[in-house]
Amino acid sequence: METGTKVGHAAELMDTRFDAGIPPGPIDEKWERHRFDMKLVSPANRRRYTILVVGSGLAGSAAAASLGELGYNVKCFSYHDSPRRAHSIAAQGGINAAKNYRNDGDSVFRLFYDTVKGGDFRAREANVYRLAELSVNIIDQCVAQGVPFAREYGGLLDNRSFGGAQVSRTFYARGQTGQQLLLGAYQALERQVGLGTVTMHTRTEMLDLVVADGRARGIVTRNLVTGAIESHLGDAVVLATGGYANVFYLSTNAKASNATAIWRAHKRGAFFGNPCFTQIHPTCIPVSGDHQSKLTLMSESLRNDGRVWVPKKAGDARPPDQIPPDERDYYLERKYPTYGNLAPRDIASRAAKEVCDENRGVGPGGRGVYLDFTDAITRLGERAIRERYGNLFDMYERITGENAYRVPMRMYPAAHYVMGGLWVDYNLMSTIPGLFVGGEANFSDHGANRLGASALMQGLADGYFILPYTVADYIGRTQPDKVAADHPALRAVEEEVLERVTRLLDISGTRTVDSFHRELGRIMWDHCGMARNDAGLRRALEKIPELRAEFWENVRVLERNEEVNQSLEKAGRVADFLELGELICIDALHRTESCGGHFREESQTPDGEALRDDGHFIYVAAWEYTGSLARPNLHKEPLHFEHVRLVQRSYK
Amino acid sequence: MMKLTLRVWRQKNATAPGRFVTYEAKNVSQDMSFLEMLDVLNEELIGRGEEPIAFEHDCREGICGSCGFMIDGLAHGPKRATTVCQLHMRSFRDGDSLTIEPWRARAFPVVKDLIVDRSAFDRIIQAGGFISAPTGSAPDANAILIPKEHADLAFDGAACIGCGACVAACPNAAAMLFTAAKVSHLGLLPQGQPERDDRVRKMVTVMDGEMFGSCTNIGECEAVCPKEIRLYFIARMNHDLIKAGIKVRKMSQQAARI
Amino acid sequence: MNASAVMMLWGTSIGKKAVMAVTGFILVGFVIGHMLGNLKIYQGEEKFNAYAAWLREVGSPAFGHEQFLWLARLILLMATALHIVAAAQLTQMSYDARPVSYAQKKAIQATYASRTMRWGGVIITLFVVYHILHFTFGAVGFTPGQYKHLSVYRNVVIGFSVWYVAAFYIAAMVALGLHMYHGVWSMFQTLGLNTENAGRPYQALATVSSIVVVLGNISVPTAVLAGLLK
Repeated sequence: METGTKVGHAAELMDTRFDAGIPPGPIDEKWERHRFDMKLVSPANRRRYTILVVGSGLAGSAAAASLGELGYNVKCFSYHDSPRRAHSIAAQGGINAAKNYRNDGDSVFRLFYDTVKGGDFRAREANVYRLAELSVNIIDQCVAQGVPFAREYGGLLDNRSFGGAQVSRTFYARGQTGQQLLLGAYQALERQVGLGTVTMHTRTEMLDLVVADGRARGIVTRNLVTGAIESHLGDAVVLATGGYANVFYLSTNAKASNATAIWRAHKRGAFFGNPCFTQIHPTCIPVSGDHQSKLTLMSESLRNDGRVWVPKKAGDARPPDQIPPDERDYYLERKYPTYGNLAPRDIASRAAKEVCDENRGVGPGGRGVYLDFTDAITRLGERAIRERYGNLFDMYERITGENAYRVPMRMYPAAHYVMGGLWVDYNLMSTIPGLFVGGEANFSDHGANRLGASALMQGLADGYFILPYTVADYIGRTQPDKVAADHPALRAVEEEVLERVTRLLDISGTRTVDSFHRELGRIMWDHCGMARNDAGLRRALEKIPELRAEFWENVRVLERNEEVNQSLEKAGRVADFLELGELICIDALHRTESCGGHFREESQTPDGEALRDDGHFIYVAAWEYTGSLARPNLHKEPLHFEHVRLVQRSYK
Repeated sequence: MMKLTLRVWRQKNATAPGRFVTYEAKNVSQDMSFLEMLDVLNEELIGRGEEPIAFEHDCREGICGSCGFMIDGLAHGPKRATTVCQLHMRSFRDGDSLTIEPWRARAFPVVKDLIVDRSAFDRIIQAGGFISAPTGSAPDANAILIPKEHADLAFDGAACIGCGACVAACPNAAAMLFTAAKVSHLGLLPQGQPERDDRVRKMVTVMDGEMFGSCTNIGECEAVCPKEIRLYFIARMNHDLIKAGIKVRKMSQQAARI
Repeated sequence: MNASAVMMLWGTSIGKKAVMAVTGFILVGFVIGHMLGNLKIYQGEEKFNAYAAWLREVGSPAFGHEQFLWLARLILLMATALHIVAAAQLTQMSYDARPVSYAQKKAIQATYASRTMRWGGVIITLFVVYHILHFTFGAVGFTPGQYKHLSVYRNVVIGFSVWYVAAFYIAAMVALGLHMYHGVWSMFQTLGLNTENAGRPYQALATVSSIVVVLGNISVPTAVLAGLLK
């Protein structure tokens, strides 16, 4: 177990071993040409190749179903009881597509441009362009599957503008777009299961990756009902295991969302891209006490009609209706007169943190700001507000017991999404040949900040339209031989996994897994959350290894491996978060600029806005595991901007 | 702060016999969700060296459908249109004594404590709960016009989260509401028409084969559904199945002609 | 509809329910007709007996004496048999579907009628057996020599003048009313006619038809006990 306590000087290499493999040619022809250059696998031979897909969210289900349709022998793994539970299901807002159905000037190029700019110029142009191109196919595909998108009376699809976009390109299905898209992919997947092309392994968690002869050749899993440690061999492995925002313990992610699959792959040689790019969502229901287990997001659309404020006076404990208007600080309207309450996610989040740090926060613990609908209700009437946001107000009342038609909502930012993830090339293949990564699990196309309604788009683009081509190309090019079931690499990994499980059970300490997770979350949130600085990050880099050391000496996991053991499941995941947390802080420390979701206090404009350092940081930071958690190697993939002009974002 | 007495079903695994064990939940805040109350109790149990209560949960936003058990004889507890993860302790009173049991149905065998195996639902979907639209084969999204009312109604069925409360609350342990929600969602859309008859036949056959019970139109499923899926979706499925049954003859005649 | 369609439907739980709905419809039609016939007793002994005699000649001259009556009886018997067989099989299916019952279970919106369909059905079956032995064959409820074939008015007055027999009939009619109330609504639901908009009228129809049948039928023993029919 590594328990390095010192921050190492990351070896900085301009590496040639890893190449993004961006196809030549004009940006709008790259994907088309690349597809033509791909090797094909004859339909008769596809059945002979086994593809392991880990995860069954948007990217995983879509990839597994599509590869099954093509005729490959697919095995899909999920730790849930059913693939339909994956956390993609919780996405509320919508999915972007450059359909230009509104005739309002949208285009593939504009979606591409907005996404690169929204990501604060830290994403690959070629990838983002492909994403924008494929966005239109996704909507077609989902409608054909029966996804009930919102429609107009004429029967055509409805759109709305979302997340500050100036065009209406967001398709939505009430406030449950993620659910409907996931169920579409889930149904396509189950269809293949019924046809026998996909074998579904539910309640099965991937605990390690098998790399044999330099290629990803399998995974080792734990059966969550029987505890059996099993190996599954394949010719290619696809990880679609989601993001790691639960490193903060409190986040909008599902309780089981974890980093184990990608972290194990990282430790087997896959580079980790931009781990410090995490996104904080400004409108979540605040923490109500120590028992808090997760945070609930309230749709950003509320900021269209709600006004954000806190008392002007620090420590003002009066109820909101007794604070007169001139003693209220509508700080977003004050600081950003043009955008006001609609300022982008990262800016709104930081502004909330700032006023709470000044002891002007509201609600229990002082970690909250008001989102007040009084003016909108006076102007439009309660009925209009109920029509627009009724379900959200109901949800707020269910959780807080407060009626937001009478008293202002309380909101606070929460960890929501990660732009970072395993580094992948244009083919979505990691630095381990044969290991592909899709969806939120890869470092993805969002750069340093993701725009609203873009996560669903990326997950489905990867799953339906990219991985089925690129995985096939890999198979066609390499024509992998079968790995013997008794390959020494396989046994070695199995033994390591079993040894680790046994060790967790044998510690028999005094602290619960959750208490460690909670403490790690607090360290991450305090020092590597909405705002980061050198001293804080160094402090975190001291605390995390200490906490990790204590974990391996003092965690208490009861009972045995050979049964349902939810503490054991959590322990393995938290052990990995305790390592990943350190890498996130190392990455955040090395990137001394501010960009997107990564705000370094040392790098800001005179009026407190994020300041990029394009001179030094126009690259993807890809970290290589070296055997020492404290001293990973940094590889830089330079980014080139030929179609987008680098500008400083301004929302004044 | 409240104090509650919980009578919880504990069962080691599918084959072991189960029994109720009584626990005291102290320092329960009104702002806790029901699952957070159990989290706190579990932390205490681990501290005492006792095995924590196993229950299924994930998103805790009422959308993934993982959670669900009986609280005092009611699926997902006393609040309408609410999953247990969204049920908060202010719905209970200090001193309450609650019985907590897993869903009970032959088709949902207990895995452990409050966790049951709902894979029968997946098999019902496998049988036909989809529209066959292989990736890449779709026409332009706006080439298919769908009246708003149909799309909205289809959505009402599509909102199902597959939690199993309908089966749990049904005196017959029938899976009609779950199956009907999917049959209606897809059957209401123009894309779903070509497979409509085949879909309902296959899904109902598998549903029956999974050992769910038979519907008696009682409506308890509708009353506990966290997504408020209405009983008339079952009527819709009945209609489709009977129609599909009548069409069996026509189809065999057509096949003979070909 | 042909044999294979029927077998396909009979092979599913929903198909069996459809059979129950269709046979239930036949039986409800009979119950309403029977109730209307019963009310003829208020027209006096002569007309009521003539009505009973007429029932044996229905369909004449196409049908011979009692031919139509026996055809109707056959149809009713088959409908009843199918209704009961389907119910028994579906009940067995539901019992099998929950081998371990709840320690605690509450109902939220299920009506009393809906929860007593099975026992209600058993009670009604037993009642029908008694009723046939009583008024059709005169085998029970009469002292020897009291019952006279086709002298239906007398038979009814004598039969119901025994208070506990009358009380049993009244109780059975309440059971029938409850069974009909949920059954009639279920019929629309099972045959797929209940839609998001059409639910209310069906509910009303179920309420009205069951109340009318119950009131119409219990008026006869009540009138006998009250001395209004002599």
